[in-house]
Amino acid sequence: MNPTQLVLQLFNGLVNGSFYALLSLGLAIIFGVLGVTNFAHGAFYMLGAFGAYILFQWYGVGFWYAVVIAPVAIGLLGMLLEVTLLRRLYRLDPLYNFLLTFGVALFLQDVMRLRFGVQGQPYRNAGELTGATNLGIVFFPNYRLFVIVFSLLVCGLVWYLIERTRVGMIVRAATEKPDLTRALGVNVDRWITPVFGFGIALAALGGVLAAPMYNVAPGMAEELIIVIFAVVVIGGLGSIVGAVAAGFAVGIISAVSAVFFPPLANTLVFILMALVLLWRPAGLFGTEGA
Amino acid sequence: MTVRKSLSILTLMALLAIMAACGAGQTSAPAAQPTQAAAAKPAAATQAPAPTQAPAATQAPAAKATEAPKATEAPKATEAAKAPAGPAKLTDNKIVIAVLNDQSQIYADLSGKNSEKAVQMAIDDFTAKYGANALGGPISVISADHQNKPDLANSKAQEFYDRNQADVILDVPTSSAALAVAGVAKEKKKLYINIGAATTDLTGVQCNKYTFHYAYDTWMLANGTGTEVTKQGGKNWYIFYPNYAFGQDMDKSFSKAIEANGGKVLARDASPFPNPSGDFSSFLLKVPAAKPDILGIMHAGGDLVNVVKQFNEFKLRDQNIKPAIGLLFDTDIAALGPDAFAGVLYTTAWNWNMDKEARDWSDKFQKVTNTRPTFAHAGNYSAAMQYLEAVRRAGSDDADAVVKALEGYKFNDFMMRNASIRAEDHQVIHDAYLAQVRPKSEVKEDFDFSKILSTIPADKAFRPVSEALAAGCKM
Repeated sequence: MNPTQLVLQLFNGLVNGSFYALLSLGLAIIFGVLGVTNFAHGAFYMLGAFGAYILFQWYGVGFWYAVVIAPVAIGLLGMLLEVTLLRRLYRLDPLYNFLLTFGVALFLQDVMRLRFGVQGQPYRNAGELTGATNLGIVFFPNYRLFVIVFSLLVCGLVWYLIERTRVGMIVRAATEKPDLTRALGVNVDRWITPVFGFGIALAALGGVLAAPMYNVAPGMAEELIIVIFAVVVIGGLGSIVGAVAAGFAVGIISAVSAVFFPPLANTLVFILMALVLLWRPAGLFGTEGA
Repeated sequence: MTVRKSLSILTLMALLAIMAACGAGQTSAPAAQPTQAAAAKPAAATQAPAPTQAPAATQAPAAKATEAPKATEAPKATEAAKAPAGPAKLTDNKIVIAVLNDQSQIYADLSGKNSEKAVQMAIDDFTAKYGANALGGPISVISADHQNKPDLANSKAQEFYDRNQADVILDVPTSSAALAVAGVAKEKKKLYINIGAATTDLTGVQCNKYTFHYAYDTWMLANGTGTEVTKQGGKNWYIFYPNYAFGQDMDKSFSKAIEANGGKVLARDASPFPNPSGDFSSFLLKVPAAKPDILGIMHAGGDLVNVVKQFNEFKLRDQNIKPAIGLLFDTDIAALGPDAFAGVLYTTAWNWNMDKEARDWSDKFQKVTNTRPTFAHAGNYSAAMQYLEAVRRAGSDDADAVVKALEGYKFNDFMMRNASIRAEDHQVIHDAYLAQVRPKSEVKEDFDFSKILSTIPADKAFRPVSEALAAGCKM
């Protein structure tokens, strides 16, 4: 393998990592603030991809608008889910919400399956980015370069929101010491619904970005969600920087391993998770006892 | 918070472990444990045994298709003369046809639930032709989802034969699952007619008296596409296949066909199956370095759609690499749009719009399902019909008697042309077709994606008996 090829595979890993990062970021925020392991996260990612498809196919709305419209709409749907269902189970064991979101995921998948079939729908609209940049030996699609840059920007923006703004401060405080934050007069509950909606919107954004690259099908995230959970565990549950860093790291590692030893590509993330849990049970960026 | 978090982590870990255990079944060899999944899933949940008489009554008058003219008195009399007098002797007073296939995953659209409906159509047409009591008992169809898992297919097949008194199992896509069911058929001495799976092992090293291979196999696909593309000048191949029984078999069959025609396989690469991320770009990026003329893509269903989508994305065509596709269904083309596949050559067992006879049946199928049939749907109908005809000829549903009635039988229907059922290896041979995907501008009607370029006659389209026997088939 020559160095050019290796660089290309690194880029490729970054693309996969972009999706892992966007998904695990939303998952980490939701887990941090709500304490809910959202198993429906992959289903919302799938809805995002279908959102892009439906907007284009039914209303002629192009990719650039879909990047905004679909996540907002699906984020609102997520908020509705929180208000009507999730909220009722906070007092109970976390297992109940875990089961609920698992059920929601199956429900959403089957609804889409009934309407669109299992094999997926064509979506080839990527705005002006259909070309490819010649990087010497191989062409690298412009669209993939865009995905890397765009998701890094989004991750940076989310980090800024949470670390540097007042809203972010409340969210962080609510994550770490919910009771104390309440005692100080902050209305924590008011922020729960928007935060859940925001996490879902991030997943939907990932789905919109995935639509031009992958098969838009109801089962597209069925198995991906397990990988995402592993990524979150590696990064440290509830850690935002951890989720993003682990997302990109896992993307690169599995892309490179696919070159040298393909059977390892899918398993590696779990091996990595096991090793991290042995070495640092709280994850790479998690804090013990948080 | 600490307690909540650690609890969540624990449940998560437990779930991951369960998922991993389930996933492992997909690649591991089938274990002969009848009770596992059977006990976990109540039999009634996935099956809907449909009594045939009632639907037949509503269907028959409306249906004016290929079978209709034959239902008149005269041919009935000649047919009856050949068959034993009176209804057949049924061992358990009924015929149960079981369709076992993928009803929720990547192969669900190309076969799935609609194959069960196709079999019901066959039952209706059969009873319209010969009368509801032609076989001396009710004929029904049941079905189940095997999720492409060999272990699940194995236990479902046992359940079908033992608990549901199924006389025959049809379909079973995913080669590894089909091989598992063939093993059960042999052990239980009950019939299995494969339609959905492609591996030549079913008529080779793992052939048996009770297993038949209908419609297509990897040899047929490679012989058609591999030979033709190599002859047209695509000498240097790079083969990319999914790493399970089907893909490995496709690789072998294509390599043989390519080399026999003066071509060369420069390199081959396997991707994991299943591939949860849907990303094949790491593999595709390795292709140009080998400088092939042709990239032979051996994936199926949703995987194929992803590979082709990414093949186009990375502009491999601009680097003078043409795609050749091992197995292509109309449902795959629908999922990506015809332009993504335009010009691609492929081999098929049948096309819904290839002539009037095929089209008439497809119109009937569309009335029932709201969609156009793939060759797997047509194959399920045809195989069910041939099975029922064989029971009628044999005058019994006893598996050994039906096998005898099937072996060496020659027939023609809307799907299988110049067909005959080989006794030596149980391959059902028939005419196959070399087809090409039209560009979108030439697609005049939804789903009419391909044109037939030429017909490969039945005796040339399938693996010769000598090769099947050499591959280790002993009945």
